[in-house]
Amino acid sequence: MSTVAADVVVVGAGPAGIAAAVRATEAKRRVVVLDEAPNVGGQIWRHRSVGTLGADARTWIDRLSRTNAEVRRGVAVVDVIVGGEAGDITVVAERHLGGVDVIRTPALIIATGARERFVPFPGWTLPGVTGIGGAQALLKQGATFRGKRVVIAGTGPLILPVAASLTDAGARVVVVAEQAPFQAVRDFALSLLTHPETLLQAAIYRLAFLRTPYAMGTWVTSASGTDQLAGVAVANARTAWSLPCDLLCTGYGLVPNVDMARFVGCTTADGAVAVDERQATSVPGIFAAGEVTGIGGVGLAVAEGEIAGAATAGAARIDPSLARRRQALRVVARRMERAFALRQELRSLARDDTVICRCEDVGRAAIASFADSRQAKLYARAGMGACQGRVCGPALELLFGWQPGTVRSPLEPARLSTLSTAALAGAASSAADPSAGS
Amino acid sequence: MSARRADAIIVGAGIVGAACAVALARDGLRVLVIDAGGAALGTTAAGMGHVVVMDDSPEQLALTRYSQSLWRAQDDAVRAASELDWCGTVWVAEDEAQLEALPAKQQLYRDHGLETEVLDETTLIEAEPHLRRGLPGGLLVPSDAVIYQPAATIALLALARTMGAEVLQRMPVEEIVPCGVRCGADTLRADVIVNAAGAAAASLTPQLPVIPRKGHLVITERYPGFCRHQVAELGYLASAHVMTSESVAFNVQPRSTGQVMVGSSRELVGWDASMNRRVLGRMIARACEFMPALADLVAVRTWTGFRPATPDKLPLIGRWPDVPGLWIAAGHEGLGITTSLGTATLLADLVASREPAIDAAPFAPDRAVTAGVH
Repeated sequence: MSTVAADVVVVGAGPAGIAAAVRATEAKRRVVVLDEAPNVGGQIWRHRSVGTLGADARTWIDRLSRTNAEVRRGVAVVDVIVGGEAGDITVVAERHLGGVDVIRTPALIIATGARERFVPFPGWTLPGVTGIGGAQALLKQGATFRGKRVVIAGTGPLILPVAASLTDAGARVVVVAEQAPFQAVRDFALSLLTHPETLLQAAIYRLAFLRTPYAMGTWVTSASGTDQLAGVAVANARTAWSLPCDLLCTGYGLVPNVDMARFVGCTTADGAVAVDERQATSVPGIFAAGEVTGIGGVGLAVAEGEIAGAATAGAARIDPSLARRRQALRVVARRMERAFALRQELRSLARDDTVICRCEDVGRAAIASFADSRQAKLYARAGMGACQGRVCGPALELLFGWQPGTVRSPLEPARLSTLSTAALAGAASSAADPSAGS
Repeated sequence: MSARRADAIIVGAGIVGAACAVALARDGLRVLVIDAGGAALGTTAAGMGHVVVMDDSPEQLALTRYSQSLWRAQDDAVRAASELDWCGTVWVAEDEAQLEALPAKQQLYRDHGLETEVLDETTLIEAEPHLRRGLPGGLLVPSDAVIYQPAATIALLALARTMGAEVLQRMPVEEIVPCGVRCGADTLRADVIVNAAGAAAASLTPQLPVIPRKGHLVITERYPGFCRHQVAELGYLASAHVMTSESVAFNVQPRSTGQVMVGSSRELVGWDASMNRRVLGRMIARACEFMPALADLVAVRTWTGFRPATPDKLPLIGRWPDVPGLWIAAGHEGLGITTSLGTATLLADLVASREPAIDAAPFAPDRAVTAGVH
């Protein structure tokens, strides 16, 4: 076990975390960046070689590598202890290859990003059904899709790049089913006229699969097949039809990864961490930046990261151009959220036998009569398995309106030895401890 | 609820309240169970879930033995839903003194009709291969079980409903009055009121000698077959017996899911539910001393809970003389899952003025209790 001190700890090396680390190190702060992945970049800038990335991503990753920020990859933050005195924060991380890092810091930036939202529908757990992240990962590993018939279903701009990439990889995209109605998508697109870069990017993606039908107000109601996906049932407001396909790729938007923030007691609103002008959370010394404060895309994540990094470095005022950029992108994010709000029909696709919790194999009927997520967990073990409700939690909220339960230690699955060594070596010597255990 | 009047109102839909609902409904009483939250969500949910015979005192041995026989005889549907796994317990001796005490313990169990097996250094490792080499021996008690207690509670309540019982959840009882309970503006009346409110029992009947004794637990990912029995150190009894401010003891359970549950800790810190990482660390370190391979198992969740403890380690079962109509079924500390059925049967016998199967006097709620006698 190693114990070190830092001026700033950044959790998450996606766009927000990278920008935050760059800004804080440029202000001469000792920065430690922690990330689970073997490479920096997060989900959106995931890469094997930097050369495959876009210019913006390359620039930021290069900037980070030129700083003296200490980037620890392949580590999972399993515990965060906020001491009784302001600025007494201890971060406990487990190295995937063994070993425990304990880092004491007066400032923590939570840049934990977002995860995919899964909407349970009959057949969603069949092999051949994947989320956007799963498909992107396969693409980046160089998997071939030649001749594969692909249906893409979901909502929002994120389903467009995956359609383009799959087309490039040889797949035949049968349809891109956008659940949002035509008017909503059109109004959103028109509103982007004030943001020409974004519009241009969307247009490029659109061109990439010009021969592919982009069906708005359309959604997949079920997937079928015996032990492998064979086809999907699709519906719009007027009619329903079936399509044979080999791969169904779903993308129903993102959910902020607020577990760490909730664990340390940060205030959240609408499922995102609440922050002030300086990206500070309600807990002294703890900042948040990027998707964890609300889904807004790469540009907003970078702007928030820059502001948070500068704030932890004691910047007296916020760079006005950054603040303007953040504001403009937040306006777009809010419009996007409204335009691509999930339609009511998606909440009732799951049938009695549709699996809701994959870890524990719990179907809808087993939990539908309960009052909240805690009952679903205790009585039927929904959310009790390896992922601890990270996948099914948002689904329970969508289907039944149940709020997520208390976040308990460890924040990520951790070896028992990690929990005991960190505690016994004095990681917990801080007097107060705000994380309620029950 | 329906307009009809209940004969018995049980406050608390934990496993003790649920068992009492079955026992009283079986006697023909119209039973109403009221819980401030939901069934099994309080004291019951926080525990390990075992059906074990323990011999801290002759009275504890009598009640746990009796209760275990009732679990064996339990309705098939309840047993199946409870995921009862008769995996047995291996009590591990840490030193020669504990080893030498085993024949007497074995004889005590035999006197109560339970066959056990004294294990030596070799047969101990055969029984539980992940135990550290060099431990002198232990006692295998094959008749113990582990159980999924939230499901058991739900199943007991379902059984009670088939006998006419009603269950009201999310209805906090603010006060117990003579032959009634007050919920907000309403007072519900019945001849029999049972305080089965778990760790919260003393908030409704303030003179009850029930105090919260905090514990930590950890559960791992799935490692089917990692341990075959519930495994506990013999020192566990000492840890549980003495009301020290803080103690830890090695105790692991194989769960039906293949997960391993690791305990245990005991603290007297009032109602502070926060994770005490130092105690958690000590508890895990203690477990790893006995079972070194535990260190590399991956934990998915930790939590804390409160045992409703009494000074003499015995539950409070019977009439509460100060309040007309009030009966108590509380103070089970860490054994409420096991002793729920014995408690309920005993209570129903007392309510019906029948001779109980075991002596009820040691459990009388108004008995004079003395702390830490040993």
